[in-house]
Amino acid sequence: MAGFRTFLAVASLSLFAASSPARTQTPVTENIQIGLSTDHVSITAGFSGADLTIFGSLENADPRVARQGRYDIVVVLEGPARKVVVRRKDRVLGIWINLESETFKNVPVSYSVATTRPLQDVTDPNSYKQLSLGAANIYMQPADVDDSPATIQEFTAALRERKTATGLYSVNVGGVQFLSQNLFRATVRLAPNVPVGTHKARAFLFKSGLFIKESSAQLEIRKSGFEQSIFRVAHDYSFLYGVFAVSLAMLTGWLGRLVFRKD
Amino acid sequence: MGIYLPIAEISVNIFVLLAMGAAVGFLSGMFGVGGGFLITPLLIFYNIPPAIAVATGANQVIASSFSGALSHVKRGTLDFKLGGVLLAGGIVGSTGGIFVFGFLRRLGQLDLFISLLYVVLLGTVGGLMLVESVNALRAARSGAAPVLKKSGQHNWIHRLPLKMRFRASKLFVSVIPVLGLGAGIGFLSSIMGVGGGFIMVPALIYLLKVPTNVVVGTSLFQIIFTSAYTTLVHATTNQTVDVMLAFLLMAGGVAGAQYGAKAGQRLRGEQLRALLALLVLAVAIRLAIDLFVTPPSLYSLSGADPT
Repeated sequence: MAGFRTFLAVASLSLFAASSPARTQTPVTENIQIGLSTDHVSITAGFSGADLTIFGSLENADPRVARQGRYDIVVVLEGPARKVVVRRKDRVLGIWINLESETFKNVPVSYSVATTRPLQDVTDPNSYKQLSLGAANIYMQPADVDDSPATIQEFTAALRERKTATGLYSVNVGGVQFLSQNLFRATVRLAPNVPVGTHKARAFLFKSGLFIKESSAQLEIRKSGFEQSIFRVAHDYSFLYGVFAVSLAMLTGWLGRLVFRKD
Repeated sequence: MGIYLPIAEISVNIFVLLAMGAAVGFLSGMFGVGGGFLITPLLIFYNIPPAIAVATGANQVIASSFSGALSHVKRGTLDFKLGGVLLAGGIVGSTGGIFVFGFLRRLGQLDLFISLLYVVLLGTVGGLMLVESVNALRAARSGAAPVLKKSGQHNWIHRLPLKMRFRASKLFVSVIPVLGLGAGIGFLSSIMGVGGGFIMVPALIYLLKVPTNVVVGTSLFQIIFTSAYTTLVHATTNQTVDVMLAFLLMAGGVAGAQYGAKAGQRLRGEQLRALLALLVLAVAIRLAIDLFVTPPSLYSLSGADPT
């Protein structure tokens, strides 16, 4: 039951070297590709987190730049976006009560990053902002835009902090490794409470701190197994599920009396 | 051994849950209570989200009250008519409770409200019981004859209109307090996940003057249906009933109950009540402390409303 599956997503190594226009007079532009061998991952009920490995390739890489280690890759696995309510507790008569709250629209439930080097060494903060790359740069859209900027800022920070604390937002520095000049491997973390749904894997290529290219692929995370069937029935046939829960309780009570009867 | 709870969406230890069910079953067998008021706080202490602890607690209560009611049917100590009227009130109260439950959940105040209700109710009931049983223990020690309540005496409740005759309880009383009591218990059942026996039994004895021998059976009868209704509505509107969790608790509970009943026979009534009072107070104090202690993080996230 406690088994989880780590899976390998093998890149589509489309190295069309022979037909590539590399020898023409225009300067070569590097390209990045990630491909997933499967479009879905099933996690079982006892899932306690795992590493997800994504392979990718770097095309038309300049050997000289590669040798100097000036290519950097950032891979992001972004979970489905949902509405989130952030609440803050305050003390009222000594009791901690949820008072202030802020609702955000379209917040990615999870956001796992893997990089070749620490984020601040790859490129400057402005580029990250332009690319909306990194947990600190995702735009959290407040539902109520009339709230004061200070409040929104406070709750946005709290939202990121909570997401990081629960492992849903993570950064794996050194999680992207070059296997050869053209081939790389990215390891992103899946938190135990990784949300089901469509996740988007994106890879960003930087050369000497400059953003070059982006590639993306989609991945569906599903839960499987007996517990998941219960969950689905509870949501899709909730009335029948309730009837079942009640009958099960009565049956257990009746059997319990049969087995342990004292009178 | 770990097991994943499909609705609570967390991994828990299967033996902890079985032991929890058995311990509460033991106590409920010993004291003749359903045990819902212990199960729900224990689940909350074990990090089960309060909304799920409440709905699942209601589900678990069905099992213990059903098996208890069966033996009362056999002994003929169950007033179906009185139970039916209580139940009619219970359905109304429970429906109202579910509505309040959903409303508080949207406001983000559900957890607080559940804790506060528990602290107030358990604190009051536990405190009253402790005082009463300590007095009884003292009286027994000094050799004085216990002062009996005159059960034939009438109070304001017996002057209300719409009287109805309950033959098995030898009672001729207005339906208004009966419906009201049922509604109150139904409300608590849906918000706190309790059967409400710990309030119903004293209320039937002291307020309605129902003979003690039919009180427990009748109360259990009403609790089966109120908690079944609560479970159904929670399952359909909030999807917060975890059958896996409920089943583990029930399995431990039915096994523990018989040993509890056996142990209970060896203790005296006042001692039992004093022990139960201490237990109830301990749970109330533990919940109260959580309200005042600074939480590790002041911020919490919650998803969008299910609707």
